[in-house]
Amino acid sequence: MTSHIPKRLAILLLVLLLVLASFPLWGKLVFAAKFTFLLQKVTGIMILALLAMSLDLLVGSAGLVSLGHAAFFGLGGYMLALASPQYDAASLWVALPAALAVTAAASLVVGFLSIRTSGIYFIMVTLAFGQMGYFFFNDSKLAGGSDGATIYVKPTVAAFGVTLIDLDSKLSFFYVVLGALVASYALLRMLLASPFGRVVSAIGVNESRVQGLGFNPMLYKLVAFTIAGTLAGLAGFLAATQYGYVNPAMLGWHQSGHVLVMVILGGMGTLFGPVLGAFILELAHHLFESLTDHWLLPMGAMIIAIVLLLPKGVAGLLIKWTTEKEDGP
Amino acid sequence: MDSWFFLIQVLNGIQYGLLLFLVASGLTLIFGIMGIINLAHGAFYMLGAYLAYWLAGMTGSLIAAVLLSLPIAALVGYVIEALLVRTLYRRDHLDQVLLTYGLILIFNEAQRILWGNDVHGVAMPTALAWSVKLTETLSYPAYRLLLSAVCAVLAVAMYLVIAKTRFGMWVRAGASNRDMVAALGINVKLLFGVVFAVGAALAGLAGAISTPISSVAPGMGDSVLILCFVVVVIGGVGSVKGAFFGAILIGLADTFGKVFVPDFASFTVYGIMAAVLLWKPKGLFA
Repeated sequence: MTSHIPKRLAILLLVLLLVLASFPLWGKLVFAAKFTFLLQKVTGIMILALLAMSLDLLVGSAGLVSLGHAAFFGLGGYMLALASPQYDAASLWVALPAALAVTAAASLVVGFLSIRTSGIYFIMVTLAFGQMGYFFFNDSKLAGGSDGATIYVKPTVAAFGVTLIDLDSKLSFFYVVLGALVASYALLRMLLASPFGRVVSAIGVNESRVQGLGFNPMLYKLVAFTIAGTLAGLAGFLAATQYGYVNPAMLGWHQSGHVLVMVILGGMGTLFGPVLGAFILELAHHLFESLTDHWLLPMGAMIIAIVLLLPKGVAGLLIKWTTEKEDGP
Repeated sequence: MDSWFFLIQVLNGIQYGLLLFLVASGLTLIFGIMGIINLAHGAFYMLGAYLAYWLAGMTGSLIAAVLLSLPIAALVGYVIEALLVRTLYRRDHLDQVLLTYGLILIFNEAQRILWGNDVHGVAMPTALAWSVKLTETLSYPAYRLLLSAVCAVLAVAMYLVIAKTRFGMWVRAGASNRDMVAALGINVKLLFGVVFAVGAALAGLAGAISTPISSVAPGMGDSVLILCFVVVVIGGVGSVKGAFFGAILIGLADTFGKVFVPDFASFTVYGIMAAVLLWKPKGLFA
């Protein structure tokens, strides 16, 4: 719902983006031996950040709390697995549009059925559809069942036989994912600033009034749901490319819940908040895990502390800080 | 398939449904009265099971263990309500989701620290380890019948308390209009604390008495939690009657799903929920 980002905050976010984008440069010096591992780790976090950001369009803007969002993430990943010949590479020009088209269609259908409900019922209906997706891939023999499926060769990005980007290179892939994240952010920002986005945000605040003004909230919600689902499919496609492996857990409610936590923790309705949430949650996980076997304990304590101390998430705190400074003498 | 086999499945389904009802009734009351989405409710189920396993090992009697674990689960519930949940009544539902999600992590880790990662089993009390003979080859374990009976008695008791007593009147009033109840001078803080503790105790009891027929394992609270949310939503949030019928429905669907379509057993439960909500978007009894 935050359409206006304070100038200082914008600068801070830009600096953070530069730090992230230059990670391959400084990371090699700081972490030396662990660098390759961390590069993959950060790439993985950016994919989750993209997923969290797409969910924020639903949770933060339209007020639709989905607990089945990971289904589209997993579906996007599975589409790559299904589009790849067993020991050969799929072409990105075929696999990616196919994955996006299928996730868009799936989210259109699920959205059409789910948006009739609201509140906790919406949470549960999306959970039900998400679990159905999970069990579909878990129980059917379509793509390896509960074992998942391996993508042996990464998709090629080529034009006229010339390789444009080598997705096998961890460095190139890092920038591909960063590009996808930034582009999606820009797309969602523009979308929310457009008349369409205004109506979606207004639905999140007061749906009856939007209806009273002569709009059809269902249509707007459905379009928002489909866009969010398709972006989640993109994130899933990237995740499958990175790990070369998909399994049913990608679609499950644990994954959906995990991403929802990122959105709330980071600060919903801000788009950049969920990205911060993804980084905080994943880096804290990594840190706590390296310190203690019982890493869930500090993790749970951290989440509870953030709820109690920061009612609007991390982004809320940043917005407050930067706004106060602007208003100050 | 003969009718005896069918009967056994019906009994299993009802027994599972009644067990789910014990957990789901607390969940629906806590949501209906206090407006709290408590993701940590499944953790009380797990707590009850682990306490029963631990205390049964110490005392040598499952019945003593179950009776001892009840007040402990209630106390843990009351303390959590007083320390953490109380701060969330005026906050957004999503803050509650996040905080209780943090609680799940802490509960799961505490379980790992206290009792480790192993899967445990609890022996059936010898006095109850017999079966009711149905035919030459088929029999039904007495413990499952007793379990159903205990749950059924509790369900009736819960109905009587809610429908006939003053406390039940507050609970019903709280579920339909919280602010009005507070305005009428009823100690809402205490009411909420008691409801939360009773909900925790019921979930803990369900976990404790189910130990002889299912294993005590890490993560057992999570799967029960999701099923109970399904039950609560099918019945209509806040409705104990709805939770009862929802629980029986899901218990039967899950049991029969495992028999007839083993590959898609879990699918049936979610399929039923989706169908119910598309038919009645606010549950059956809302």
